Amino acid sequence: MWSFPLFPDQASTLASKVDALYFFLIAISIFFSILIAVLVVGLAIKYRRRSDDEKPPAIHGSLLLELTWTLIPAGIVLVIFVWSAEVYFSAVRVPKNAIEVQAVGKRWMWKIQHMTGKREINELHVPVGVPVKVTLTSEDVIHSFFIPAFRVKKDAVPGRYNTMWFEATKTGKYHLFCAEYCGTKHSGMIGTVYVMEPDAYQAWLGGEQAGASLAGAGEKLFTDLACITCHRGDSGARGPDLAGLFGKPVKLASGETVTADETYLRESIVQPAAKIVEGYQPIMPTFQGLLSEEQLLQLVAYIQGMKAEVKDEAAAPAAGAAAPSTGAR
Amino acid sequence: MQTEVVTTKSEGAVPGNGLDRENYINAKHGIWSWLLTTDHKRIAILYLITITLMFFLGGAFAAGVRLELMTPKGDLVDSDAYNKLFTMHGIVMVFFFLIPSIPAVLGNFLIPIMIGAKDLAFPKINLLSWYIYMAGAAFFMVATLFGGVETGWTFYTPYSTAFSHTNVILAAVGIFISGFSSILTGLNFIVTIHKMRAPGLTWFRMPLFVWAHYATSLIQILGTPVVAVTILMVAVERLLKLGLFDPALGGDPILFQHLFWFYSHPAVYIMILPGMGVMSELITAFTRKRVFGYEFIAISSLAIAVVGFLVWGHHMFVSGQSTYAGMVFSALSFLVAIPSAVKVFNWSATLYKGSVSWESPMMYAIGFIGLFTIGGLTGLFLAAMGLDIHMHDTYFVVAHFHYIMVGGAIFAYLGGIHFWWPKITGRMYPEYWARVAAVLVFAGFNLTFFPQFVVGYLGMPRRYHAYPDEFQVLNVMSTAGASLLGIAYLIPMLYLTWSLFAGKKAPANPWGAKGLEWTIQSPPTTFNFDHQPVVTEEAYAYAESHDTSHDPAAPPAQAHA
Repeated sequence: MWSFPLFPDQASTLASKVDALYFFLIAISIFFSILIAVLVVGLAIKYRRRSDDEKPPAIHGSLLLELTWTLIPAGIVLVIFVWSAEVYFSAVRVPKNAIEVQAVGKRWMWKIQHMTGKREINELHVPVGVPVKVTLTSEDVIHSFFIPAFRVKKDAVPGRYNTMWFEATKTGKYHLFCAEYCGTKHSGMIGTVYVMEPDAYQAWLGGEQAGASLAGAGEKLFTDLACITCHRGDSGARGPDLAGLFGKPVKLASGETVTADETYLRESIVQPAAKIVEGYQPIMPTFQGLLSEEQLLQLVAYIQGMKAEVKDEAAAPAAGAAAPSTGAR
Repeated sequence: MQTEVVTTKSEGAVPGNGLDRENYINAKHGIWSWLLTTDHKRIAILYLITITLMFFLGGAFAAGVRLELMTPKGDLVDSDAYNKLFTMHGIVMVFFFLIPSIPAVLGNFLIPIMIGAKDLAFPKINLLSWYIYMAGAAFFMVATLFGGVETGWTFYTPYSTAFSHTNVILAAVGIFISGFSSILTGLNFIVTIHKMRAPGLTWFRMPLFVWAHYATSLIQILGTPVVAVTILMVAVERLLKLGLFDPALGGDPILFQHLFWFYSHPAVYIMILPGMGVMSELITAFTRKRVFGYEFIAISSLAIAVVGFLVWGHHMFVSGQSTYAGMVFSALSFLVAIPSAVKVFNWSATLYKGSVSWESPMMYAIGFIGLFTIGGLTGLFLAAMGLDIHMHDTYFVVAHFHYIMVGGAIFAYLGGIHFWWPKITGRMYPEYWARVAAVLVFAGFNLTFFPQFVVGYLGMPRRYHAYPDEFQVLNVMSTAGASLLGIAYLIPMLYLTWSLFAGKKAPANPWGAKGLEWTIQSPPTTFNFDHQPVVTEEAYAYAESHDTSHDPAAPPAQAHA
């Protein structure tokens, strides 16, 4: 066997798809490299100058040949394009049943929060055979969350949430790298992904309960920061109702409509004046600098969850409508 | 040392070697005759000297990077020093070597001659652009002396605007200023090519070198202002805390990437298109044959320049840019590969039934075709969105662009310097050593960069000071190759310098090549031509001429005059 690896581990459902495309491209590359090399070196030897008086014929070109070597490469790149777009879509479409993890990049570490509230630094424990969605952001500069064995990478950009997902197929330890240059200890911003059997994962997750779940921590913040005094949900509330908001279109005072995704929620907490909901006054104070990225993620997780509760209440006839102020969250 | 003139059996009017006659080098004396010259050829020499210094400076930074990466631990220099080394390697090589290299040296020297003109359209602006370049370089050198900069040559925000503690503003000002040099050179070329062509020199009779520079100039004048503004915005945000890119100030860091790559991807074509122009000249001269598919090569340069402006988003597939934007950028990136492929096929086909001579410039040309092919094909990997997720920001990318920038641009530059050296200096260099150097550059280059494809796919991120142990073998190979490459680069430096004093005197047309530059003495006179040349035939009309016009066997061609 090799004393050093020449090919990375294949440890996710995506890896084999990416590698198949990779091998196809290598085959194409070898074919064309050899073709060109044989053509050039072969012709350069065959037609090497034997005497200084040689008078080569003037060959102006050939439309047929030009079309051939325009259209054949065009066809090949079209195939690559479609194939690679297909791989890309499977890499960005998060399965519905994915468990969620939040990762915050901070020079020079990865801070991970699990939905149960369990936290870790530079380590990520995930179960094998289960899709995992990672929501990424950064506290400072742009980082990039890169797990070579899974063939996944996504930038962690300050001020916005990017998501990626993977499904590990093999238990073991894998590299986690920061792939976007982030300063002095960029190459030290590395960690380990532990892929575990589901049982072992559950045991690990439940092993040492770090307190409330993410949404629970968010709920506490929601109360402590007095968000609840304005975002009450009744008709006289000074802030928009947040229940059931997530994923829905929001009509803004500017006339635009945006979707209430994670990035929108985060922005509305940090820079409330950036997007004012139609019918409301820009009176909310900014929370910039008052909340860490982890706390913001907890709040977002909580607001996201407010949807489910409201749905339940809506299902219970009249009860919700009768007591709007208690049902607001 | 006695030098022997390789005399031509010149019949009166036909010029040969001009070293003993009046030429642009001995026409005037003294340092000011150089520093205040408006002669495009002398300005080319000024550029040649300065960019050569920059090349070796950038090379020294690269040597530091490669030595550090011999071992997995960051043990040779500390992290901040390492980050400065790769940043300054990138800045020097991109902004102060590759962008000016072929246009400002060979283009400056040759474009007026190739189109039968006395000089560029704006000789004083031409001198001004050298001074602007020097001013930019001076700012960058001051930044270096104050401790350098470590943002990466890409200056990504908010790192560069809010977090870096190094000389970002000084370096940014240096790049900002040098950009105007590039703009003015491009402007000068465009006007010159439009307005100063010799009688009879129609667009489709121009040498492809001129076509390639025309396309390059378009990018320079349309793209460079954008990066200038972007770099300025970085400086402004850093100084005044104006929220442009830093999200903490309400800015958008991704906006920076859009603006930066809007220029910096086309800038890749600023670096490679002139090299493609050199290639067409080398291939035809050393096969003594008309280029295959002239119009297709000419138009493909323009196609690359135009489509090259629309592919910048392929640098941002994992940044969170929308999936559909990504698809458009991916498709356009594949599209831009096609005109490059067309050029490669046409050059290859030119060899067919040619009279191929393996002299050193041709060795660089053949090396270029091979390496550029690999560089282009690996570009397809990176344009493929699904693959790029894995490969983005790994050593695969580093290897890919070095195959284009070194295997392409520098090979073409070295090939071109050797090819036109007799014309520029009036001296021949030792061919034996030139061939040795060409082979060593080729071997050293491949040993340096091929392992990086492998280590990149394994997952080694770029800009890593330290790395996991399993990547070491490939990194040691790379460093070994870089050592060879470093030595190989020094060899031409030595024999070309030696040739200035002791090289054989060159005839007007040592290669038996076509083109107006080979019809005048080596080195040319200040005004290039004694009489206005009139062009009566297409470029590379080797078959049409009645002699092969190879010195000393035959007098140089006068077909154009």
